[in-house]
Amino acid sequence: MDPTLILVLTTLIKIVTFTFMLTLPMVAYSVYAERRVSAIIQDRVGPNRTGIPLTLFGFKKDLHFSGLLQPLADGLKFFLKEEHTPSHVRKFFFWIAPVLTIVPALLTLCVVPFGSSITVFGEQVKLVIADIDVGPLFVFAIASLSVYGITLAGWSSNNKFSFFGGVRSCAQMISYEIALGLSVIPVLMVFGQLNLSDIVQSQADGGWTLLPLWNEHGSVFDADYWKNSGGQWLLMIPLFISFIVFTISIFAETNRMPFDLPECETELVGGYHTEYSAMKFALFFMGEYAAMIVGSALIVTLFFGGWSIGFGLDAHVADWAFGGLVHLVAFLTKVIAFIIFFIWVRWTLPRFRYDQLMKLGWVVFFELALVNIFLTAGIMMLVN
Amino acid sequence: MAIIKVTRPKLTLLEKLYFPSIVKGMFVTFKHAIRSLRGKSLGADSLNSSGLGVTMQYPEQKWDDHLPEHYRGVPALVTDEQDRERCVSCQLCEFICPPKAITIIPGEIESDDPWAKVEKRPKEFDIDMTRCIYCGMCEEVCPEQAIFLRKDYAMTGLSRADMVNDKERLYEIGGVRTGLVNKWNEIK
Repeated sequence: MDPTLILVLTTLIKIVTFTFMLTLPMVAYSVYAERRVSAIIQDRVGPNRTGIPLTLFGFKKDLHFSGLLQPLADGLKFFLKEEHTPSHVRKFFFWIAPVLTIVPALLTLCVVPFGSSITVFGEQVKLVIADIDVGPLFVFAIASLSVYGITLAGWSSNNKFSFFGGVRSCAQMISYEIALGLSVIPVLMVFGQLNLSDIVQSQADGGWTLLPLWNEHGSVFDADYWKNSGGQWLLMIPLFISFIVFTISIFAETNRMPFDLPECETELVGGYHTEYSAMKFALFFMGEYAAMIVGSALIVTLFFGGWSIGFGLDAHVADWAFGGLVHLVAFLTKVIAFIIFFIWVRWTLPRFRYDQLMKLGWVVFFELALVNIFLTAGIMMLVN
Repeated sequence: MAIIKVTRPKLTLLEKLYFPSIVKGMFVTFKHAIRSLRGKSLGADSLNSSGLGVTMQYPEQKWDDHLPEHYRGVPALVTDEQDRERCVSCQLCEFICPPKAITIIPGEIESDDPWAKVEKRPKEFDIDMTRCIYCGMCEEVCPEQAIFLRKDYAMTGLSRADMVNDKERLYEIGGVRTGLVNKWNEIK
């Protein structure tokens, strides 16, 4: 077959599969997971009985599948609810704001490598929608657009509390974006490139960023490693710092729990989405969870080897025609683990006060990330 | 008023870093998660939990065994051990009922009835459970100890008409209650 045709077809299939068949269900089910995991942490049960209502059709018992059909019921409810647009809002911006929050979150997915590669009609197809050489930059450029959605939602609602929520969110996201951008630079320096697929590939070959247990010099448990790698392990220090800064910034960027000030219901009556109802509200909700999934995917890609299984198994798996799918499963497992981590943090840490949040962003993390870059550079100079 | 100066606690370096405390907190919640997954949450036994966490799964498991002695549920009429209606339809409960939930239509007992001495019994006795506030004043005021607030609490229905307990239903909920009631006394 014509390689161009294969490229177009596979790209279309990848877009449909990764965005609509993988990520959107994951969004729905991360809401379910959030409810279930938070319930378990708080000694409750959570939604556990929405299933197939067989008793409606005259059967003895309902099938409940531990409530796994809850997201479907939630979605149906959102579609059937009354869509209400208050008369005092700026209609155009009011309608476009929810779209502006969810689209960037889904767009950033296109540079995240889901798996290594599979062979279709003799052509190697990389399991990433767009294999571009500016991966992280693209992600930051697009992800920062979601602040427009939230700010516009707050402003166009024509409601003081919503506006306040929108402005707060804007200030928060900007203050963490700088730390987010700076904290990745050490990683990019170590790998020397901006292509996310290649970054993951080199992690598969030489050990994950935060877990370099296998590499060209052999295992860490091997005495040769300590002799030959020339103090490479020192790089773990700045990489760990950048992991911490990056993760916390992602929490702030996705408006997740310790930093969910934009929607602080005690002060802001719900924040920027107070005036939204039904599916428009659901889009904000989905945007937030999609951002969480993209955030987890980024953390996994940059620090935990992306689709790599590790322990030197990747080379064997890559030999199979559909070995990429094994990698896909490995990647999803890691992402799900991180989503559960996000939920775990949400039900552990109390909300930050707003001035503490700004101080953390501007005074602590900005400086820390900046110093970290110099630290990395110094160590890299020493090592080579 | 005495002024109490609060001195801020001196934090060690580790405490100032937040980080160890955060990790400690994460372990606390993690322990909860593990406990509730194993069905060993604190208080699970005393709250009759269903296994996950301390939640009792309502329609399947009920609170019945844990209801306190003084619990006041749905009001109901009672019969005595010989299946006689205790109510003489004096309408005191209807009169005292603050939300006017009770409606009584009194009826006479025919003279050939073995219990004709009592003369009256209710022909209709309705309690509208959409109005009842479970105050227990009907129980307090009843001279014949015929109406009681029982332990039932799950009064549900799909329409307003469903929520009206008629005489039959009230006797069904109330059941039999033994003990002397003076109105049957021939001498009196």
